[in-house]
Amino acid sequence: MMADLYQAQRAMRQMRKQALQRGVVAILDVGSSKTACLVLRFDGSTPSGEDGEIGSLAGQSGFRVVGAATTRSRGVQFGEITAMQETERAIRTAVQAAQKMANVRVDHVIASFSGARPRSYGLDAQIETNGQTVSEQDIARVLAACEVPEYGAGREVLHAQPVNFALDHRSGLSDPRGQIGQSLTVDMHMLTVEAAAIQNLVHCVKRCDLELAGIASSAYVAGISAMVEDEQELGAACVDMGGGSTGVSIFMKKHMIYADSVRMGGDHVTGDISMGLGVPMATAERIKTFYGGVHATGIDDRDMIEIGGETGDWELDRRTVSRAELIGIMRPRVEEILEEVRARLDAAGFEYLPSQQIVLTGGASQIPGLDLLASRILGQQVRLGRPLRVHGLPQAVTGPAFASAVGLALFAAHPQDEWWDFEMPVDSYPARSLRRAVRWFRENW
Amino acid sequence: MRPLGRASDPAPSRLSYRIQRWLLTPGVRLFLRAGVPFAVVFGLVSAYMADEDRRDGFNLAIDGIVRSVQERPEFMVNMMAIDGAGRSVSQDIREVVPLDFPISSFDLDLAAIRDTVVGLDPVKDASVRIRPGGVLEVDVTERVPFLVWRTRDGIELLDETGAHVSFLEARSDRPDLPLIAGDGAELHVQQAMAVLAAAEPLRDRVRGLVRVGQRRWDLVLDRDQKILLPEDNPVQALERVLTLSDAYEMLERDVAQVDMRLGQRPTLRMSQAALESWWQIKQLTTGGQ
Repeated sequence: MMADLYQAQRAMRQMRKQALQRGVVAILDVGSSKTACLVLRFDGSTPSGEDGEIGSLAGQSGFRVVGAATTRSRGVQFGEITAMQETERAIRTAVQAAQKMANVRVDHVIASFSGARPRSYGLDAQIETNGQTVSEQDIARVLAACEVPEYGAGREVLHAQPVNFALDHRSGLSDPRGQIGQSLTVDMHMLTVEAAAIQNLVHCVKRCDLELAGIASSAYVAGISAMVEDEQELGAACVDMGGGSTGVSIFMKKHMIYADSVRMGGDHVTGDISMGLGVPMATAERIKTFYGGVHATGIDDRDMIEIGGETGDWELDRRTVSRAELIGIMRPRVEEILEEVRARLDAAGFEYLPSQQIVLTGGASQIPGLDLLASRILGQQVRLGRPLRVHGLPQAVTGPAFASAVGLALFAAHPQDEWWDFEMPVDSYPARSLRRAVRWFRENW
Repeated sequence: MRPLGRASDPAPSRLSYRIQRWLLTPGVRLFLRAGVPFAVVFGLVSAYMADEDRRDGFNLAIDGIVRSVQERPEFMVNMMAIDGAGRSVSQDIREVVPLDFPISSFDLDLAAIRDTVVGLDPVKDASVRIRPGGVLEVDVTERVPFLVWRTRDGIELLDETGAHVSFLEARSDRPDLPLIAGDGAELHVQQAMAVLAAAEPLRDRVRGLVRVGQRRWDLVLDRDQKILLPEDNPVQALERVLTLSDAYEMLERDVAQVDMRLGQRPTLRMSQAALESWWQIKQLTTGGQ
């Protein structure tokens, strides 16, 4: 079963290499409220590193955003695709507009989505190295030796990243190759999601005549772009408050060690407003973005908001509501989301990390006063995060709602080592493998 | 499936999406940006130019434009001025450079004109340029005749390099110039000049120089006297003769030839009459012994 995973992921990695060689790749963030597409152009000016096989596709770091487009997505709920046609149209719209802006055709797309019930697993394994120094083969062997838990049928591994290596009694090694030791231990973080969500996304992308060159969890990529380097190093949590779901990812030593998602987001706040005030969703969304908040003050009682209507009934169309009432509707839902996030962080053991920094990002994090509310629920060290400024990014897509899109661009340029980036160890190849024969031949002659 | 009251869909249709992607393909873009305009322009031009009359008309129009620029008064040349040449030479130049003035300076090939002018015998060097004001100026340096060379074919004038200047009707046309003769004489004009310069004391008596056997000179004086000069250093030999002549008045006497061909042994030949009279005198003095 692991071999299948290897094949699929390696095929995707191969596709990504091709895309980087061609120099143009599209980033697609399929969210519940919007679908964003960025077109990246890699200049590839710096030469690739000496080990081109594995590693972070070194040397392909210089990229520039040449096209960006956003469209409303209709067929996505809770970060999962529920209406294939609608999602396909949304992807088509976004890709076409971004292509038009970039004035270049893109064939390869790297996608991210937020839902599909991610589940984190920590794996570890220990082997005895046969030689003096740790070789590539040893790393492949120790990764292969990891006991893969029974994560259930109908789920797929999305990320499997070696987080930490330990050699004898020295821990915290990021790259043990070439070092001398006897027993090699690896800690690995594996993230599984529902296979159906991936399949739907793959199908939608394929229907748009695009090749999928990579998939990432949006909680992970939002963490890459919204957190600064020392937060990633010392340990911090990123809360990506999207439209339909809220992603939680914990980073430590620049590796993701935990990810989860809460199936609530800004759309639910809008839904509450819509139901509570009896207005259409579009009006509720407008009221939320213009007048929303989570802290009511005395003046908010006198701040009356026209909520309007188009029925023709004068009484109904001239309704007003005070801002305090609006806040009264929004706040419980936001609190509920944050409580849920708190529960996920507690379940992950976030309080045992040395640093308790929490970064709020995503479209729903723009509610005024959210940081105060969040610090009351999540702890004192809360800040609002915006995505990193990357080259050529238009002003319109620098807001926190684009944290995962920008993070995906960074991920495309600097992918972390995944399990499948290493060679599969010899003994786990299928018996009839031709490569095994070649390898045997090479080693014995 | 389809919910009630759908909003208008901004999404492109599959067809327009595909067409747009196809148009963004690099090859297609290149074709559309370069290939199609080129083909259209090429096609239109070839269709227009397919007709013979149009082609001619086009060429005529181009020609007319070119001419209208070239024949502006600023570019016209109205006359030819020849400097540094005598009347006959300028006559010759005007003959060999037949130009219909006024003529555009674009139509003048100055290098060719210069070559033609320099090709004339009496012209040593020439420079041709167009002076402001529409004057074609030909600066000619004429060859100066230094010698008269008598050959079997006629009498020629030679300059100091031995180059032909012109023919003479008669020697008496240029009595001021010295005369040389003989085959190959024109190749050693410098030497001849040196010899003649050395013969300056005999100036009144010199008739000319004769090249003998294409290798050496004879200086011919009047009264049928000849001085045979050697191949090498003829000037010094002549100077020796002149010194002797000064001392003994040798050339005043009845000597037919002074042979200086062998430097160690200058030889005199007396004239026939002198010889006979010398014999008579000898007979008288020796009494016929």
